[in-house]
Amino acid sequence: MVVLNAVLHFVAAIGRLVLGACAATGRVAVFAALGLSHIVRPPFYGRAFLRALVEIGFFSLPVVALTAVFTGMVLALQSSIGLSRFSADSAIASLVVLSITRELGPVLAGLMVAGRVGAAMAAEIGTMRVTDQIDALTTLSTNPMKYLVAPRLLAGVVALPMLVVVADILGVMGGFIIAVAKLGFNPITYLADTMRFMEAGDVISGLVKAAVFGFVITLMGCYQGYNSRGGAQGVGAATTSAVVTASVLILALDYVLTEMFFTK
Amino acid sequence: MTETPKIRLRGVTKRFGDKLVLDGIDLDVMPRTSMVVIGGSGSGKSVLIKCILGLIEPDSGSIEIDGQDVLRLPPHEREAVRAGIGMLFQNGALFDSISVADNVAFGLLAQKKATRAEARRRADEVLAQVGLAASVGDLSPAELSGGMQKRVALARAIAAAPDILFFDEPTTGLDPIMGAVIDGLIVEQVKRMGSTAIAITHDMASAKRIGDRAAMIHKGRIVWEGPADRLMDSGSAMVDQFTHGRRDGPIQMELRK
Ligand SMILES: Nc1ncnc2c1ncn2[C@@H]1O[C@H](COP(=O)(O)OP(=O)(O)OP(=O)(O)O)[C@@H](O)[C@H]1O
Ligand SMILES: [Mg+2]
Repeated sequence: MVVLNAVLHFVAAIGRLVLGACAATGRVAVFAALGLSHIVRPPFYGRAFLRALVEIGFFSLPVVALTAVFTGMVLALQSSIGLSRFSADSAIASLVVLSITRELGPVLAGLMVAGRVGAAMAAEIGTMRVTDQIDALTTLSTNPMKYLVAPRLLAGVVALPMLVVVADILGVMGGFIIAVAKLGFNPITYLADTMRFMEAGDVISGLVKAAVFGFVITLMGCYQGYNSRGGAQGVGAATTSAVVTASVLILALDYVLTEMFFTK
Repeated sequence: MTETPKIRLRGVTKRFGDKLVLDGIDLDVMPRTSMVVIGGSGSGKSVLIKCILGLIEPDSGSIEIDGQDVLRLPPHEREAVRAGIGMLFQNGALFDSISVADNVAFGLLAQKKATRAEARRRADEVLAQVGLAASVGDLSPAELSGGMQKRVALARAIAAAPDILFFDEPTTGLDPIMGAVIDGLIVEQVKRMGSTAIAITHDMASAKRIGDRAAMIHKGRIVWEGPADRLMDSGSAMVDQFTHGRRDGPIQMELRK
């Protein structure tokens, strides 16, 4: 009897967790749909969009650039250690360009921006929520979803692919530096190999991923901030949740998108 | 025929979780008059105003503005009703990412009632009315003192000359002279501009200056309603205890012993 009760409690707890997760997913989906619908319906807030674009795109450049360069360098170094046994020289160039454009460019840029921008967005919107500023917007004939959320979502979708273009170039450059300066490759041959193995499909799939990640990052930042409760502590919790949920979603969606693009 | 009230509440009820905050509020506010709402901290005054504004959805009851039940209006019509209401939030709620002048001009620009230049001129004008120099307009809200923020919030609320005005503790945090100036400004909005106002206040002097009528809310209900100048001799033991600030009386503060 006691055992049966314990089992029932356990099952009930799992049920509650699953239901809670479904409800949360539903709320995020509704929020996302609402935000998207405001992107296409006037009035448009051009200033808010540009401000978000600069914040996400421009100010993330240094951190994304550094991440990309070092990643490219490490890739070249690691693969030279692993591949030298097979003496396939062109393999290093191809490995670097493939991994950067397909995977590491978008994923690493996404994770860095999630930490930077997702957190800042959740904190800003969360503070506006707990200090009644979002209510004040409503009383001043301004829809907060349209004024705060829609421009940020759009800016995320636009800015991340641009950042990833930069990350792709710098990542390949990082690999090039190590290959030429440390591993003694001929620069011309290395570049020629790089160009030979770089494919439009890889780059484009990476940019599509970036756009999706940009949406996820800004969505989680806005959603967590918008729904934060309870003063400074609530805003802090919202900030953490925004970064964690966005990062996990980026990695999960990366798998889903790779499956879609590369397995027939 | 008697005039229809500008604002008419019937049985407005709101609970948060299992906490009953509003328990069937009935209240009428006639056009071009001001109603002062008093009541203990946490008695639901701010929630009441947010319900009328549509920021909080009441669980039951009806809220009529100009005879229209706003709770049953479609969203865009409700939007239109809301555009005619100015609100001063208890903590100011100024937008801290834009300048003071942009804050004051925000509603005018959002409602497309003015061009940028006109809105800026109007902002300077209203800032002057609340006793702030035009140079303050270029500062950011975080650079102002608490009392100045309150005045900017007041300026923002009245900038579009709304039909209905809500003030959530307009004079809290102001010195007595500035408090009197702000009270005067509120009275002027009602008397000269013909607005209808609801003001929440804990300041009895201010209540008598602003209010035509007054109501006291306690435990989610209106326990007294009458002319504001009768606040000090209302004949209600609860109001008496509140307005005279006595420790003992029918209202027991929930303090831990
Ligand atoms: N969003 C909310 N969620 C849960 N509870 C809330 C919410 N807003 C208000 N409350 C509760 O409702 C009650 C009334 O709050 P309200 O802000 O209306 O008080 P008040 O009368 O304005 O008090 P004060 O004079 O201190 O401003 C409080 O007990 C508060 O805890
Ligand atoms: Mg209050």
